[in-house]
Parts: sequence; structure tokens; C-alpha cells
Amino acid sequence: MISDGDTSFRKLNTINRRMFIISAAKVVIFTGIIARLFSLQINENKKYLTLSDKNRLREWKLPPERGEFLDFFGNTIAGNLKVYQLHIVPEQVEDFKYLMVRLKDILDLDNSQFAKIIKKKNSQKPWETLVVSENLSWEQFSKVNFYLHELVGAKPVLSVARSYPFKENFTHVLGYVAQASESDLANNEIIKKNHVPGLRVGKIGLEKAFENDLIGSNGVQRYEVNAFGKRINQIDFTAGKKGKNLRLTIDTEVQKLCNELLKDKAGSISVMDIYTGDIIAMHSSPSFDPNLFLYGISHKDWKNIRQDPLKPLINKTVAGLYSPGSTIKPLVALSALENDVISPKFTVRCTGKMEMYGQNYHCWKKKGHGYMNLRNAIKQSCDTYFYEAARKLGVDRLEETSLKFGLGKKVFQDTFIDEKKGLVPSTKWKKDNLGIGWVLGETLITGIGQGYIQTTPLQLCLMTAQLANGGYEIYPRIKAEKNQETAEQIKLKMKQAAVQKKENENETISPVIKARNFFKVGNKDHKVLYRNPENIKFVLEAMWGSTNEVMGTSYGSRIDDKKYQFAGKTGTAQVKRITERQRELELKAIDMPYEDRDHALYVAFGPYKNPRYALSIIVEHGGSGSTTAAPMAKKLFKLIIDRHEEREKIIKQNLPNI
Amino acid sequence: MFQRTITNQLTFFQKIKSFDFILLLCIFLIGLISCFSMYSTDGGEISYHTKSHVVRFFVFFLMMLVLSFFNIRFWHSTGYLFYLIVLGFLIWASFYGITASGSQRWINLYFINLQPSELMKVAIIVCFAKYYHRTQVSDVNNFKNLLLPIGILIIPIVLVVSQPDLGTSILIALSGLVVLWLAGLNIKYFVYSSLFFVVSMPFVIAFLKPYQKLRILTFFNPDKDPLGAGYQIIQSKIAIGSGGLTGKGFLKGTQSYLDFLPEKHTDFIFTLFSEEHGFTGSVFLLVLYAIVVFRILRIGSFVRSYFAKLYCYSFAAAIFIYITVNMSMVLGLLPIVGSPLPIMSYGGSSMLATMIGFSIVMSAKIYHKQLIS
Repeated sequence: MISDGDTSFRKLNTINRRMFIISAAKVVIFTGIIARLFSLQINENKKYLTLSDKNRLREWKLPPERGEFLDFFGNTIAGNLKVYQLHIVPEQVEDFKYLMVRLKDILDLDNSQFAKIIKKKNSQKPWETLVVSENLSWEQFSKVNFYLHELVGAKPVLSVARSYPFKENFTHVLGYVAQASESDLANNEIIKKNHVPGLRVGKIGLEKAFENDLIGSNGVQRYEVNAFGKRINQIDFTAGKKGKNLRLTIDTEVQKLCNELLKDKAGSISVMDIYTGDIIAMHSSPSFDPNLFLYGISHKDWKNIRQDPLKPLINKTVAGLYSPGSTIKPLVALSALENDVISPKFTVRCTGKMEMYGQNYHCWKKKGHGYMNLRNAIKQSCDTYFYEAARKLGVDRLEETSLKFGLGKKVFQDTFIDEKKGLVPSTKWKKDNLGIGWVLGETLITGIGQGYIQTTPLQLCLMTAQLANGGYEIYPRIKAEKNQETAEQIKLKMKQAAVQKKENENETISPVIKARNFFKVGNKDHKVLYRNPENIKFVLEAMWGSTNEVMGTSYGSRIDDKKYQFAGKTGTAQVKRITERQRELELKAIDMPYEDRDHALYVAFGPYKNPRYALSIIVEHGGSGSTTAAPMAKKLFKLIIDRHEEREKIIKQNLPNI
Repeated sequence: MFQRTITNQLTFFQKIKSFDFILLLCIFLIGLISCFSMYSTDGGEISYHTKSHVVRFFVFFLMMLVLSFFNIRFWHSTGYLFYLIVLGFLIWASFYGITASGSQRWINLYFINLQPSELMKVAIIVCFAKYYHRTQVSDVNNFKNLLLPIGILIIPIVLVVSQPDLGTSILIALSGLVVLWLAGLNIKYFVYSSLFFVVSMPFVIAFLKPYQKLRILTFFNPDKDPLGAGYQIIQSKIAIGSGGLTGKGFLKGTQSYLDFLPEKHTDFIFTLFSEEHGFTGSVFLLVLYAIVVFRILRIGSFVRSYFAKLYCYSFAAAIFIYITVNMSMVLGLLPIVGSPLPIMSYGGSSMLATMIGFSIVMSAKIYHKQLIS
């Protein structure tokens, strides 16, 4: 077809021209693609490299190992138990159904447990570890190992879990741990930082209070993962740090005795060092076994605990509020003396009741005590005397003394989240809170520890301790640490504080020295709580009488041996208003329904000659303080004072790590 | 039909000597690169993809060499037949085709599962080249003479779109349009038809499958749904970008071996290569492709027959389009439509079609003095 030269020429001309245009376009596009490659690979290389690493690297946090709790003598009271667990990675299982049926047989799982595991499996990814059992018995564990060749994909694992070897003994002090909840994560940055699924954190008690010390830090495994999140290989591993071991001031032996004494009763016992403020024991009854909470408590156990009328879930030592009853009387007496309202010689005739504006105020002793002076009134716990003393004193001055000695405020600032403040009433308090004026009759009953006044057992213990140490403020502590102040050092400081107080009262001393005294740490540390030390001495002596003299309310529980001799004050707190008719009947505690019975209280300190320990006992609906509570004190002081030397040894060695 | 001319009397050695060895070398190099890339997609072991790709490459490469000895007049004379056979396959596929991942594209030829739409990319060029070989330049723009080519082009496109396979149908359309352009079709037709295209766009989109619509939408905003439809583009860009200047190293492309990269055997093979060999590797591969395109154009420039010239220019442009569409796609410059990278991508039909295309070019080179009446 070359015959038509012109056409052919035009055709070639067109195609060449157009080919040239296309070629030009090709060059442009080609350059564009190279430019794009350049911009992605050279200019933005860093950005995409980061993105690529973000794609492929995943960190897995390992659960941190929780710090342990030790008692004062170094015994583990909350430890980490090695537990046998059974894990399955569903992805690595050939026949999941078969495996589960075999396991059900071997582990003897019931249907509901079985269903639970299946449900759990369905809720997670196939490469995530499925924890079939968190706590296998040794028998189950060995059985699984025996059949392991048939159980492809099942992995028996050794893990750690919290254990409380003393079971119910430390429940309320330590609290317990359970899986971290949303609010735990929201409220605590450190938990959030160290959180891994299934992490157990403190829910209450010291486990919660010292969470940040106990929790430790995660180990971290870095893995390369594929697009589906499956781990391909481990890049590196950083070991975590175990949480701090915490040593408490508590003596397990005393704590155990407290538990025994309160067995089957509702109540609380606290024991405190009157100088250092060390909590020797602190028990609330009834208690429960915190180990039950570790793997999720069973429905039945939880129901039992929750519905127990004796309320085992409440830490009565710090969260139970009680009328102090007659145990407040030493403080009322002190307040009256300090304010010069009465003198020890002040005498009242007790006829069994006192009339005021047509209202009868009864003494516990129906026949009356006859003529009573202050010492006898404390010793025999004469209500009439204290009605009169309180009337003269007035509630506001009593409030001031009570607050000074630790009532109406938390003993531990924020250690126990459930700790209550209690209540010390005053005229202002009533006006502000109830909107009505104070009535004199209320002053009278406050004088015997009834009415509005409410205290926790620990507050009563602190009050007694601060009386027993001669009237100095102390700071309760529950954590034992190296180089803590010893009782001797604190005693010295108290002495200095007393000297300074005297100096400051001396008008002739220069204001310079006064100012210096004021700023001295010692002065601030253990504040003097009295005006006149003789008043304290008088009250303590009267308490001795109450326990160690005939007619004393706790005479039956005395110990004559000077080494153990203690002084105390009984209390019987009325729970319900007693009608005139009931009073006629003179009902015994045992004849009344349980909820109507009086609370039995006792506060004491010992050894009397050289006091060191104070305690408070409350037995809910236990009847009278002298018959129920005081005998417990006798047993306790025996043990506490016997253990004293052991304790001193540990202090001398500056808390050796046992 | 076969005229005895001087060129027919070429000896076997003369024929071999007149092969375009640079072109052959480049094709072979790209083939080797593709085999190693395939080995990398298999995670550094010779398994299914690698084996069949290597076998296909060498079988089809040899086939190309053999087909190169065919006189260019053979292709001219069978141009329409070639088209009709492939069209028949396409119709066959639309009735009895094998369905995979929601698309009925393949027919079972017992020894191979053939994807006729890939062959159509070459067949349409051969067919048009033959058609315009005879057409006078003054008749090209005659509307009456335009109806047949439009029909030739529309039928396969409709068939492929209905498979559905948007990517291949676009490439077929582009291949056909390139020939029309080179044949001298008036520019106004292109302007009018592109205007028509823009206007009809909304209607076309309404007929698209939901996944195709999603692809176009995600192209404009891939970050909108990073785990869904935008995932491929994002991961591809991360892979390429993280390659840097020299790449992460052979078999060390983390994006690829950790499965972040989708379709790494086929459409995203360049991404894998680029991640492992970086900017330098990518440019090297691009240069190889550029040489291929240039050598084909060079052959086109000195062949005597209009058929061979039109074919070479068109095929060069088509190959260039396949390459750039695929690369622009994985570089995030175009929406994701299924389009393989010639030679590199896994897939027998694509390899077969490409090699047939090359063999026609080679035949044009050997018989460059051949005149076709």
C-alpha cells in the first residue's frame, strides 16, 4: 500500500507526531512517580519508619510481683503463694472440644464452671491465653501433667497469688486484694501504669493504703507481631521490680489472741504502745478468710459474709461507732479537774438516781453508792457523781478535753479509707447540725458516755494511751520501719516538752526562751495535753483502784503480780433506752434479745508501775464491761507483757530482716 | 496471503542476530527480580507462589522467543481472529467462568486457569492496529468508520466490567484509546468523550458495586477508615516510606512478612520490592521498565509496515500505562483498582499476555523490513 505515497506520508507524520506527544507525557509521568518515591522514601522516611515499627512492635506487660506484709517479728502475714494454673492457647489446640471434655473429666469441673470457661474463651482472641483454672490443687496439677500428652495445647503453669497464711486474723487490718476495677484504674495512676489484665490490687485496709509501695513494677516483653496481632518473636525482655515488703508493728501472737477472745462475738480489740503509738494488735470480729476473695468468692460464701448479722465486713476498730459509756469517765474527771470545776475532795451523795427538771437520771446501781468522792466515783463508776460533775463542767469544756485526747477525729489520717471520725458533741455542734439548742440533760448523759457522743474503739485506745503516758500526744503508727523513734527517745522528748511547758508558765522567763521553746521540734512533736500533771496522775491512780481494789468495777479481772498489774476502766454502753418498767424488773443481759443488750467496753493500760501498753475492748451486746470485757484484758496483758522483751530485742536489733 | 519477499529468506542465525538483546535482557532482569520478590513474599522459602511464578516466567519467556520467529504478517493476518478468540473466551467466562473472591474472571482450560480479560489488553491493540493499517488517514475521523472500533472496544469492556473487574476494564479501554489516538483520531473526539465521561460519572458510580465505590471514596481520604477500606493504601505507603534510601534488605520487609501488606503477590508486589530495596532499588526497576518502553518505541520507529509501527507505539504506551497505573496506585496517587505490574506480579494470564505482546514486538524487529499489503 505504498502506492499512495501521500496518504502513507500523512499517516506516518500523524503517528510520529502523536507518539512524540505521548512520549513527552510519559517522561512527565515517569518523573512524577520518581518524585513521589523520593518524597515517601527520602523525605518522609522517618515518619513511615516509625509507623512501620508501631505496626510491628508490641509490648506485653507482665504482672508485677506484689510486696509482702510482715508482722513486727518478720513473719509473713500476706505473702505470694506459688499456685498451679492451667492455661490454654486456643489457637494451638487442634480439637478444642475434645480437649475441654478431657479436662472436664480430669479436673472434675462441674457444668457451671465448664460453661464459664467456654464463655471466657469465646470472648477473647484465639491467640490469647485462656486461664482454665487459676488455682489447681496439687492433685489436679499432677493429674494434668500425667495426661499432658493427650492434652495438646494445655499448659500447666506455676504462678503466684496473694495468700494470707493467718486467714481471718488480719482481715480487717490488711484488707484484701481482688481484680482491679475501673475505678481503681481511674483513681490511681500507678495502678493504671502497671495494669495488666487480671492484676489484683488492694481493695481495702492496708493493702489499699500502701498500694503504691506494694504494687511493684511490670516486667516488659517486646514482641514482633504480625498484622493479626500474633506474636512472632521476642525482641527483648525487661524484668519487673517486686513491690516493697512492708513490716507492720503488729504482733501476730497478740493479734491471734484477740481473734480467739472475740470468737463468735461481734466487737473489737486494739492494743497500742503508749509512747511510740505502735499498734500491737487491732482486731475486729467477726472476721472472715480473705483468701476466699482471691479467685472470686463463691456465691454462697459471699452471701454468708454479707448477711451475717454480726457484720463481718465492717472493720469495727476504725469504722464502728459506739457510745463510750463509762470508759469516758476518766476523761470527764480529768476535764473537770483541769478546769478547776471540782477538786478530788468534791463529794456527791448517790441515791441511785438524780432528778433534774422532773427527769430522772439513774445510776447503774439502783440502791445508790452513798457518799462518793472523785476517786471512788471513778473506781465504782458512779453515774450520779458524773452527772453532777458534767453538769458543773458543761459539755463544751468536755468537748475541748475530748478532742485533745483524740476523740472526734481520725486516728490514722488516710490509712484506712473506711475510718470514721466519731462525734464529740458541743452546744455549737448541736445548733449547727440539729438546729436546736443544747439541753442540760444531754450534758449529764454525755458525762457518762451516752447520748450523742460516739467513738471508735481505736480512739478509745488512743485516749487511754495518751492518759497512760502522762498526758502527751502520740502518733499511732502501724508500719514498722528501720530507725523509727524508740519509746526511750519519745519519753525523753515528752520530758523535754514537760520542762518547756513549765518554763513557759514561769512568768520570769525571758520571751526569747519562750519563743525558742515554742519552735523546738520536741515541743511540737509530743504536745503536752494537760494543764497540771497531778490531775493525770490522780486519774490514773483512780483507774488502778478500779481494777485492783475491792469494790472496783473490774476487781475480778485484776492481776496481783506487779509485772502484769494493769489499771482500767469498765464501760457498759446502753444501746436502747431503758424504760422505768424494765428498770424495776432488773433484767439480766441474758434475758434480753441480743440487739437490746448493752455493749461491754473496757479500756486499760499496763503494767501499772511503768506503763507501756494501752488497750481498748468492745464487745457488742456483750452485757457489762466488768463481766465480759475486763476478763479479756487480763488475758491480753499477760501475753502482751510476756512478749514485751521479745519486742524490745527486735527494736534493739533495729528490725533485722528475718 | 504470504508473499515471498527478501525478509522471508532470512536464515535462522540472521534472525537470532536481529533479536533486540537489550530489550530481552531487560525483560529477563525484571523477570529475575520478580522471581526473587516472589520468594520474599513467600517468607523466604520456595513454596507455592515462587515455584509457579518461576515456572511461568521461564515457560512464557521461552514461548516468547519461539513466537518471535513468526513473521509479523502472521500477526497481521490473524489480528481479527485473535481478538475474536479472546472475545469468545470472555463470553465463555461470563457464562461458565470460575468465580473467585466475588468475581467471575477465569475459565478453566484444563492446563491453565486463563483470565481472558488480560489477553484482551493485547488483543485489542493487535485488532486495532490491523484495522487502522488499511484505513486512509482521511477516513479515520469519518464517523461511520468510527462505529466499528467503538463496538470492538465497548463489547469487551462491558463484559469485563460485568465480571466485575473495574481495573482490567479500565486498562483495556486505555489500551484501545491509545491506538485510536496514535491512528490519528481527531482530538475533539477525546475531548467530547471525556466530557461525556465526566457528565456520566455520577450515573456510572450509581451502577458500581459497593466495594468499588468504597475504593474510590477511600482514595480521596484513606485515613477516614484506616482499618477498613483505607487499610491497603495506608499500609502500602508505610511499607514504601519505611524502605528509605536503600531499603530494609532482601527478605527483611517487615510490613510484608508480618502480613501488614495486602495482595503482596499481585498488585502490591512493587510495594514489597520498594520496602526491601528502597529508593535506589525502585529507581533501578523503573529504569529497567523505561528501557523496555524505550526499546519498543525504537523498534516502532524503524519498522517498515504501518501495522507494526502502530502496534509497537501502542504497546509501548500500554505497557507504560500498566506500569504507571500500578505504581501510582501503590504510591497512593490513584485509587486502588486491580491492576498487575507487568512481569513482576503473580498471575499466569497477565504474564502470558505480556509475553505475547513482547513476542509481537520482537517479531516486528526481526521482520522490520517486511511490508504488509
